[in-house]
Amino acid sequence: MIWNQEIECMDPRELGKLQLVRLQKLVDYLGERSSFYRGKFTAGKISGDAIKNLSDLKKLPFTRKTDLRDSYPFGMFCVDLKDVREIHASSGTTGNPTVVAYTGNDIKLWSEVMARCLTIAGAGPEDIVQNAYGYGLFTGGLGVHYGALELGAAVVPMSSGGTKRQLKLMHDFRTTVITCTPSYSLFMAEEAREMGIDPLKSPIRIGVLGAEPWTEGLRREIEAAWNMTALDIYGLSEIIGPGVAQECPEKNGLHIFSDVFLPEVIDPATGEDCPEGDDGELVITTLTKEAIPLLRYRTGDIVSITYQTCECGRTLPRISKVKGRTDDMLIIRGINVFPSQIEAVLLEVEGAQPHYQLVVERVKGLDTLEVQVEVDENVFSDEIRRLQDLRHRIKKEIESVLSLVVEVKLVEPKTIERSMGKAKRVIDRRRG
Amino acid sequence: MRVKQISVFLENKAGRLWELTETLREKELNIRALSLADTSDFGILRMIVNRPEEAFDALKEKGFAAAVTEVLAVEVPDRPGGLAGVLKALNDDGVNVEYMYAFVEKKAGNAAVVIRVEEVERSVSVLAAAGVTILPADEVYNL
Repeated sequence: MIWNQEIECMDPRELGKLQLVRLQKLVDYLGERSSFYRGKFTAGKISGDAIKNLSDLKKLPFTRKTDLRDSYPFGMFCVDLKDVREIHASSGTTGNPTVVAYTGNDIKLWSEVMARCLTIAGAGPEDIVQNAYGYGLFTGGLGVHYGALELGAAVVPMSSGGTKRQLKLMHDFRTTVITCTPSYSLFMAEEAREMGIDPLKSPIRIGVLGAEPWTEGLRREIEAAWNMTALDIYGLSEIIGPGVAQECPEKNGLHIFSDVFLPEVIDPATGEDCPEGDDGELVITTLTKEAIPLLRYRTGDIVSITYQTCECGRTLPRISKVKGRTDDMLIIRGINVFPSQIEAVLLEVEGAQPHYQLVVERVKGLDTLEVQVEVDENVFSDEIRRLQDLRHRIKKEIESVLSLVVEVKLVEPKTIERSMGKAKRVIDRRRG
Repeated sequence: MRVKQISVFLENKAGRLWELTETLREKELNIRALSLADTSDFGILRMIVNRPEEAFDALKEKGFAAAVTEVLAVEVPDRPGGLAGVLKALNDDGVNVEYMYAFVEKKAGNAAVVIRVEEVERSVSVLAAAGVTILPADEVYNL
């Protein structure tokens, strides 16, 4: 099933035309209504007329999370408060909260994209959706809720926590779709077994899991634990909440709803476009939002993008799972390095969650990267040759992923400094 | 027949070897034989102790990456050509020795060596056929 056949399978050229018209309208809208963007437009002499084709998007300014914080609470609003229907805010642990707001049309948009997501995952009106994302200021709960209503499914607004109750209702209601974080779904399977409920016998067939990064390994574990299809959902409050992109059962990337959320993948250091398939920062322009539309919002999430048509028939571009955060990015000899890329290699080579640390130094003006990997029982071998092979394999794999020469050092268990139980991943000793 | 050997991963940094032996001392574990293999930045200490399981647990608890490997301990006549004789038997049958090292103590005029081979089963019969004495584990731990 495809929720919006016309949009999701649209000819890419037609989609491009639609995006262009929407972008022109958006620029005019912001010029009229946004004091934040108006200032930037005047300086750059930008108006809707200046947008002749989609590549003119590059003339528009980026928007960053700090812009949203600095305009706390209502500085980014483009509508009167009387037209605002819902306001959410982040916890603001690192400063002012980030406020996001929705008009009635924004809520309709949210319901539409979330209904697309649930349909892409394989859910339909006959399903019982147990929504274990947190309800409240966190956008996860309500976003999924609106989508399930739009889809016509029966939604159980569980919110997060209360695992025993979750499992009892899930069992007694014969829930078929679960929406929560991937780690919570695995935790629930363990709890179920302890309660004497066999998760393999549950009628749950689909998990729409997101709000945290997860690996293919975790997916396999979750799918085996529940005997269900576990699919990734992507979103962020600033753009709309959940419902920006959704993985289909092909498990080959997440369909991003580019008719309303125009994506770019850029080199975070230079701002230039990345070639299709390369890792870069996801940047999104919300084409049709009313309350707080955003131009070229820097998500900070590292993904790659493909514009190839999916086996499922949808023509919408697909982004990869989130591979890391730009905040963690290192630039070594001009090459962007994300700790998550190295983690992925170690996960593949060692077959287990690795403990590692990256040490960056500048030796005679040249940057060096040393990857220290803890040798644990899983990989320790009594034979020197095996350990040297392991080190060599890790080195070659990382070098091929990063296109950068690295040193790999095997270190004893628990030698890598941990703070608050979490390992410190990067030590950068370069100066200047 | 099979003797349990403890192998420990060691980074080449000051004090680690001492900490390891200190751990054994605390548990009153006695080292019967040992060898240290090292590369430019890490090493593997292999040893036979009187109570291998206990040593393994203690080292693990102290955060060492350790493993238990099965090896053979054989008696070698303490005279020129004694070891060559033992190795010839293995070599003639195409058994590859990965590493070996000697015990500190002798047994009734004979030396004892630890031999690590891939094919333990076959080695046992090859050595037995060649008249080499393979020391039983209990005896080895208390050498």
